[in-house]
Amino acid sequence: MEIVYNGEKDSRMFNAVIGGTIDALMKEDEKVVWLDADLMGCSGTAKGQGERYINCGIAEANMIGIAAGLCASGMKPYAHSFGPFASRRSYDQVFLAGAYAKNPITVIGTDPGITAAFNGGTHMPFEDMALYRAIPEAIVYDITDVPMLVDALRKAKDLPGVTYIRVPRKASFQVYADGTSFTPGKGAVVREGKDALIVASGIMVHEAMQAAKALAEDGIEAAVIDPVTVKPLDAELIREWAKKTGVVVTAENHNKIGGLTSAVADALIGMPLKFGHVAVEDVFGEVGPQDYLRERFDLTCDHICRVVKELKA
Amino acid sequence: MTQEQVKKLQEFALQIRIGTVECIKSRGFGHIGGSLSVADALAVLYGSVMNVDPKNPKKPDRDKLVCSKGHAGPAVYATLALKGYFPYEKLMTLNQPGTDLPSHCDRNKTTGIDMTTGSLGQGTSTAVGMALGDRLQGRDCRTFLIVGDGEIDEGQVWEAAMFTAAKKLTNLVWLVDWNKKQLDGYTKDILDTGDLEKKFAAFGFDACTIDGHDVEKLYEALTRKAQDKPIAIILDTVKGKGVKAVEETMKNHSMTVGPEVFDEWLKELYDRQKAMNA
Repeated sequence: MEIVYNGEKDSRMFNAVIGGTIDALMKEDEKVVWLDADLMGCSGTAKGQGERYINCGIAEANMIGIAAGLCASGMKPYAHSFGPFASRRSYDQVFLAGAYAKNPITVIGTDPGITAAFNGGTHMPFEDMALYRAIPEAIVYDITDVPMLVDALRKAKDLPGVTYIRVPRKASFQVYADGTSFTPGKGAVVREGKDALIVASGIMVHEAMQAAKALAEDGIEAAVIDPVTVKPLDAELIREWAKKTGVVVTAENHNKIGGLTSAVADALIGMPLKFGHVAVEDVFGEVGPQDYLRERFDLTCDHICRVVKELKA
Repeated sequence: MTQEQVKKLQEFALQIRIGTVECIKSRGFGHIGGSLSVADALAVLYGSVMNVDPKNPKKPDRDKLVCSKGHAGPAVYATLALKGYFPYEKLMTLNQPGTDLPSHCDRNKTTGIDMTTGSLGQGTSTAVGMALGDRLQGRDCRTFLIVGDGEIDEGQVWEAAMFTAAKKLTNLVWLVDWNKKQLDGYTKDILDTGDLEKKFAAFGFDACTIDGHDVEKLYEALTRKAQDKPIAIILDTVKGKGVKAVEETMKNHSMTVGPEVFDEWLKELYDRQKAMNA
């Protein structure tokens, strides 16, 4: 896997990439359907043409049920809303009409965690990964960059389980080369290092890379692993690097309960090592600029450095 | 409809009721009331209206049924068994460990079940999706959706109803089993649904109310071609219809009785069958 991370912001907006990718998929596969809940203007699909772009109105539970029914009739539906509504608001529908009834729909939840910024606490899901992880056979992506998003969208329509793609709307820091192919359950070693392992997902991969750079200046060589999918989790890869380093710190834009931290802790049970986390400390979200929220919830490279150093001390 | 056709459907409905009671008797308890109230609708749907093939149960252009009141599973199972989707004896495995016939309909377990239901309200949206999928794929077929009048408390039902009318899904037919009772008592006491026909008409449906136990009326309503509005049929029914003791039991949503009681119920149905064939 080719790593192209250079710490500079990608000029591409995630939602524009969603719109473009779905448009291409529509042309390639006549079974593809896009469902939205009055948020096409946010998901980048507002210019979508044709009867396979379906606006369900502000009715997420109905939208997910329709997606499941479309699936049963042989279509390949993608359903989008903001993260809280794509998870909490429609959870029983995703769980039963989707997963339990074996209708492997794809759900896209935008504005995960602090990226909800000015929409505030009501719109700020710190629990969406926890909810989706609890669904048997579900596949949970915490999107890191544009190539990962494109690949996830392309593959999701043919994956066997309900697939949840949590992705911000705005720009990201590119980590992987364009055209990179990912496999659900296969993590990526973004940086090698012998002294500590940082397992980071989504927007926290950039923070982890910045932290690793700073730690190196203090003589601590930290490895960074991006799990790509938080479920299934590449436990084998994480255990291998945990064994090499003896110190593991997770970094996620999510409640420490039920997300990446929990998943990695599960994977490491029984291993003799030091473990720490950088995650939301089981509190509700709040409104504000993303930079403020990053500091407010300690989702920063500085905090990752602090936690690693404490464990190394 | 000829008198012979009417009689045939009445007989089929009676057989469905017998199968339903035998199915529930095998376990000693089950959702008897709401199963018996939809027996006539199921008889007309599977007996003369729906284009289905038990030998090819997943044929893409078949007509489909979503029994959103998933607890009416026993009645649907009896219908499918009688149609030859699976052996009749299988009905006696209801809710046994490892069974293919759970309390609530499951498309992955039971041959002939088109959609998994049980969490009330959800079958409305999945039925919408199935009908929409058929339309997008150019299939000439219909989806029939059975909703309970208690189930209609769920907000999702009205989201799906609004969508059905707004997107002119005329290949989806709504049937509301207006049997007037839900688990805790009369719907008018629990959460009054008001005038269902008016509600559906206001939501943009071509709505009507018919005697849900009259096979001729059912046939007429279910074979009518939808024009520019989707069809909603309010079925005026009796919860527990066909077994006097069940009809007269106030709390008949789910009943647990001894085998001798089930046998009395069956005797009543068998006697009616004999009288019909006399």
